[in-house]
Amino acid sequence: MVPDAIEREIFIDAPPSVVWSIVTGAEHLAGWFSDEAEVDLRSGGRMLLTWRQHGTYEGRVETVDPPRVFAFRWQTREGEFTETNSTLVVMTLEAEEAGTRLRVVESGFATLPWPDEARARYADENARGWLTELDELRDYVAQAVTANRDR
Amino acid sequence: MTTRSDEADRLWAALGDPMRIRLLDLLLEHGEATASTLADAMPITRQGVSKHLAVLERDGLVKAHRSGREVRYAVRQKRLDQAGTALVRTAARWDARLAAIKKMAEQAAKGRERGS
Repeated sequence: MVPDAIEREIFIDAPPSVVWSIVTGAEHLAGWFSDEAEVDLRSGGRMLLTWRQHGTYEGRVETVDPPRVFAFRWQTREGEFTETNSTLVVMTLEAEEAGTRLRVVESGFATLPWPDEARARYADENARGWLTELDELRDYVAQAVTANRDR
Repeated sequence: MTTRSDEADRLWAALGDPMRIRLLDLLLEHGEATASTLADAMPITRQGVSKHLAVLERDGLVKAHRSGREVRYAVRQKRLDQAGTALVRTAARWDARLAAIKKMAEQAAKGRERGS
């Protein structure tokens, strides 16, 4: 089963204006999302997200409503950017006490094309896939923790 | 709307603990094992292992069966499949990204206070 939407949220002890600059600024995106980022911050604007290990993926800015909503689509597979090979990420900032509640919803997984071959491989390698995913998860969290400590 | 997100939240909560992830890893490697065997490979006590196994069992991620005097645990592959590779990968990545944003924003806000 590929879920259609993921929702996560976090409370941040900083006002929405500060969170907005971190969420949308290309120099900051390169800190929390990709390794390098180019963003044309307006609706329809192009995004280029580069991961040293995985290459460059294209995205498109959908909504810029500072400091409340930032939405974009980004490619989850290689190839040319289209609506059907991308997922939609909607980030919502809401003032809460002296800080900000930041929510993210990423959707569109169910509509991603799954070639039969990939689907079969996914089924076959499920157990192995899980081991890899869990490793990846650990690495990712460890990396984030280290990166934050070093900063 | 209760179904999917509640389900996902519960699965994520069950998976959101490093000890439980380690337990699933061990069970995937060994096929099945008792709480004592698992505890030998873990930095926590047998009681701790049992507690985590109970959470995993409650959310259907592992199943227990009695074999003589032992209780043996195994991963419920189907349930893990349901949880979905994409769910774990995406949710974990977003948690890490949100945590990074939080760190960066809180530091920026502090810097701003100091500056003023």
